Amino acid sequence: MAAIVVEDLRKSYGSTHAVQGVSFTVDEGQCVALLGPNGAGKTTTLEVLEGYLHRDSGRVEVLGADPQHATRAWREQIGIVLQGTAVDPYLSVRETLTRTAQFYAQPRDVDEVIKLVGLEEKADARVLKLSGGQQRRLDVAYGIIGNPRLLFLDEPTTGFDPSARRGAWDLVNDLRSLGTTIMLTTHYMDEAQALADNIVVIGAGRVVAKGTPDGLGGRDTAAMHIRFRLPDGVDASSLPVAVTVDHHGFCELTTRDDVKVLNTLTGWSLKQRVPLEGLVATRPSLEDIYLSLVGRDLLDGDTTTEGATK
Amino acid sequence: MSDLALVGAQVRYEQKSYWRNPGAAFFTFAFPLIFFFILVSTAGQQTDKDDLGTYLHNGHQVAIKLVQYYTPSILGYAVMSACFLAVAMTMVRQREAGILKRMRGTPLPSWTYLGGVIGSSMIVTALLSVVSILFAVIVYGVYFPIGHLLPLIVTIALAALTFCALGIAVSSLIPNIDSGPAIVNLPFFVLVFISGTYFPISGTMETIAKDLPLRPLIASMYKVFDPSNIGSIWSGRDLLVLALWGIGSSIFAVRHFRWTPRKG
Repeated sequence: MAAIVVEDLRKSYGSTHAVQGVSFTVDEGQCVALLGPNGAGKTTTLEVLEGYLHRDSGRVEVLGADPQHATRAWREQIGIVLQGTAVDPYLSVRETLTRTAQFYAQPRDVDEVIKLVGLEEKADARVLKLSGGQQRRLDVAYGIIGNPRLLFLDEPTTGFDPSARRGAWDLVNDLRSLGTTIMLTTHYMDEAQALADNIVVIGAGRVVAKGTPDGLGGRDTAAMHIRFRLPDGVDASSLPVAVTVDHHGFCELTTRDDVKVLNTLTGWSLKQRVPLEGLVATRPSLEDIYLSLVGRDLLDGDTTTEGATK
Repeated sequence: MSDLALVGAQVRYEQKSYWRNPGAAFFTFAFPLIFFFILVSTAGQQTDKDDLGTYLHNGHQVAIKLVQYYTPSILGYAVMSACFLAVAMTMVRQREAGILKRMRGTPLPSWTYLGGVIGSSMIVTALLSVVSILFAVIVYGVYFPIGHLLPLIVTIALAALTFCALGIAVSSLIPNIDSGPAIVNLPFFVLVFISGTYFPISGTMETIAKDLPLRPLIASMYKVFDPSNIGSIWSGRDLLVLALWGIGSSIFAVRHFRWTPRKG
């Protein structure tokens, strides 16, 4: 069953077309990442799904209902973590969560949630006294206290140090293993790779690509890039395959016939007793794919902005 | 938890937050008391038999002190401070910080949240009124007619609700936190001055002020506190004006209330 269905969603602010025809679905129990550069329309899309913004056109269904007509029962099943910290600074962590838990019919246990986000030691500290990372963890705690079926996370780890990010990822993976459907936005490739079952890349308000982290943009079937260095005195022209040599003296080639080319190269190396120094064979990283996908849209976006200011 | 119990819980949390916020507690709670102290210390002990008159107390004719008139004034000032100022600033602060937006994303019904904010202000108003009156009676010997308790409570409660509604209505006109104090303080001090808080008013000023929300509150408090008052202790016209302002502000607030910060 689909937890989220979005068909041809459009939303403009005045003359700014923030979202221009976005479609995707999220199955129940999945974690889907909305990936895109700043200003691509990620937050606008998310806020339409959360019921904060009214769309201009298109069809949106979240947990079987239109978020534009959100009911209390629907809100009970949704958890929202917005981009910025927004809780009363004068209440403690425990007070904030106890207060929020009362809004829901079947909330999670407050102490359990405090433990889940690792704020045990700060449970009785006022929000005011928390560090930025701790406040963000409280934000996540606020989002999951109601035991939601569907959790929205808008850039959950922006500003985290690397270990805090790992902690947040573990938390998201834990929630997913408990059956929570998760829709998150991020501009970190590694975050999408670590968390998402599916990725939707948007740029300039449109879906640029959709797929699994491994298969996005044909990443799994993309050509292999091979790179190595020959010892001094061995000329690249003696190799059994054609290569280009870069200014560091590295031989490079890109091929779709990867197994055969690697076999030919390594066979030649063993037979001729010529080492292939620093041999690496790679496919494009998620980041390479992402940059190639959004690069053009980013440029388009820049021209539009420039045109508008003139 | 029933919705009514939810409102109760919101009131408790708003109260905790209020007393822990030194700025808010000082400006809206301590300030009216300090102001009262200064006012009565400088001019409050004056008596002027010709102007203020006397009243019968324990078989003696006692001269009315000016503080007898400052007490109702300060109650008006206190209600406006605890309700109008505190509510408007709380709403703007919470809206601009995204707290309202976040509340909006939970199943908490909007009215229970607003009920919590209003309820919390009513508690502050009640406390401030009791402290002001006790201070006036014990320290300055202000005469408090105990038989006038009912109109006192009814009028203050109605005025508190009206000023909360006005505070919420005005908060929707404030574009951001920086302009908050200026936009809130302008009507606050204009009302305080033209409503006879510091000095008696008459003529044009009285004509204008009696249809604005503060003067009716102060005028009905005068009736309650006037020891020589042998007429009615209820002021129907004043209560009506207050109620109309409350209803008007509520309608405006419902139509224009914003849960999210204004973008750009």
